[in-house]
Amino acid sequence: MEKAIEVIGLRSHYGQSEILKGVSLTVPRGKTSVILGGSGCGKSTLLKHLIGLLRPTEGNIAINGRDIAVMGEEELNEVRRKMGVLFQGAALLNSMTVAENVALPIREHARLNESTVMIMVRMKLDLVGLSGFENFYPSQLSGGMKKRAGLARAIALDPELLFFDEPSAGLDPVTAAGLDDLIIKLRNVFGITIVVVTHELASVFTIADYVIMLDAGKVIFSGILDDLRNSQNERVRMFLERRPETKTYSPDDYFRFIVGD
Amino acid sequence: MPSKTEAFFGSVGRRVILIGRDVHYASKIINDAFYWTFVSPVKGKPVRVRATISEIVKAGYNAVPIVAVISLFVGIILALQAAYQLKRVGALIYVANLVGVSITRELGPILTAIIVAGRSGSAFAAEIGSMKSAEEVDALVTMGINPIRFLVAPKLLALMLMLPALTVFADMIGIFGGFLLSTTVIGIHPYNYFQQSVNALLVKDVMTGLVKAWAFGIVITIVGAYQGFKVEGGAEEVGRRTTASVVASIFLVIVFDLFFTTLFYYFT
Ligand SMILES: Nc1ncnc2c1ncn2[C@@H]1O[C@H](COP(=O)(O)OP(=O)(O)OP(=O)(O)O)[C@@H](O)[C@H]1O
Ligand SMILES: [Mg+2]
Repeated sequence: MEKAIEVIGLRSHYGQSEILKGVSLTVPRGKTSVILGGSGCGKSTLLKHLIGLLRPTEGNIAINGRDIAVMGEEELNEVRRKMGVLFQGAALLNSMTVAENVALPIREHARLNESTVMIMVRMKLDLVGLSGFENFYPSQLSGGMKKRAGLARAIALDPELLFFDEPSAGLDPVTAAGLDDLIIKLRNVFGITIVVVTHELASVFTIADYVIMLDAGKVIFSGILDDLRNSQNERVRMFLERRPETKTYSPDDYFRFIVGD
Repeated sequence: MPSKTEAFFGSVGRRVILIGRDVHYASKIINDAFYWTFVSPVKGKPVRVRATISEIVKAGYNAVPIVAVISLFVGIILALQAAYQLKRVGALIYVANLVGVSITRELGPILTAIIVAGRSGSAFAAEIGSMKSAEEVDALVTMGINPIRFLVAPKLLALMLMLPALTVFADMIGIFGGFLLSTTVIGIHPYNYFQQSVNALLVKDVMTGLVKAWAFGIVITIVGAYQGFKVEGGAEEVGRRTTASVVASIFLVIVFDLFFTTLFYYFT
């Protein structure tokens, strides 16, 4: 298994509170890896570290063997050139049309004439099923279409690595399944290494080759899908079987919780 | 349980650290904004021309009507107030001096700056703030596009050009307002008023006003950008930061005005 990303001992803080408490994981190349976990366990934070938006307090994040945690901004931009990111809300620039949004990374990184840029834009939009929407503004698109447009922008420069933050959040099951299909297509056809952050079990079982599960800032499982199904870890089982949190406080603990000690 | 003194020094220390961090962040924005506006174009990464033009239209051209109306009224008010005093000493013709000098040296730049702070400074904070909360700024960074270059440099350039330009315009309209009132209500002969104005106005007066206007443009852009980039949460924080940007930029404009006026008083 060739490693595309290797994270070792990643610790991260927002102010005083520690969000990631020594996370170590590897992401295999050319596969779809899913980072799974409950709300607030630090998935988005981990993703922001992987794409170099946050700097870790401690630990290494090696992308293609190079540690991005210690890189300068210039070097980091070179690494980012090979990455595409689809944010949770698509993060299209509202002041620009869909075509201009998709053209943005192309214009920034490549000196091409206008007609070539437009051809590339049309190809990407076609791939995500948005041909004909070039001149629409993001505010004129539905949630699912925005995600597709965001995906077209993320793959504009034919990245080696593609990151998704909650791709199916806020979408109906049919639209979400359509997006899952696109993710599978991107892996199969283009061999892109894909990292998806999600808590949607249904989509995990369709798209994932490899699963990393986080709980309270720690990795509690990593392995292939079959291993996940057979895992005996209590937290993993609770997640898979959709059991609610049953842990109750003892009166002493509860008192301490209320007092905030 | 920490003692009272400990708690006191602790809270003072936390404040100081927070303020220190704010100052550091603001100076980083100033530094980056100037780098991406003036240094990087030399190295072959030009400022976005179309965005700059659109900012010039939004901040400059679209502000022309309101600047015109306000400076006209202020010119008239100034002439009336001056006449009220000067007619007692029978020196009504000096209305022209008073209007001309105070408009070009002081009121033209400061009125324009306050209008632009209200119109564009707040718009900058709201635009950048909502982009920040929608992860659009993060998206720019991951595309390898520096947000300061993309968002702030065009605005900085636009206000550096448009604030002096609007000020020249405000000066002219303001003086015209004084002229209008003096020649009709007060009854000064138009030619006399014109002559008096031309004699009273020095190039120096106009220039110091324009230097101020230029500095105000920088202040308004940086404050708007700073407040915008500070947004972490959602829509209600954008609103709060927008309001804060107007208050802070008007305050800083006055502070800088005091500074420059003192400077010009001694050195021109
Ligand atoms: N900018 C921030 N400042 C302070 N704390 C933050 C910030 N962003 C996130 N946190 C905290 O970090 C923790 C992890 O947040 P994160 O967004 O990574 O969770 P998540 O696993 O993505 O959750 P979800 O599935 O709900 O998106 C949360 O407890 C949150 O309160
Ligand atoms: Mg999240």
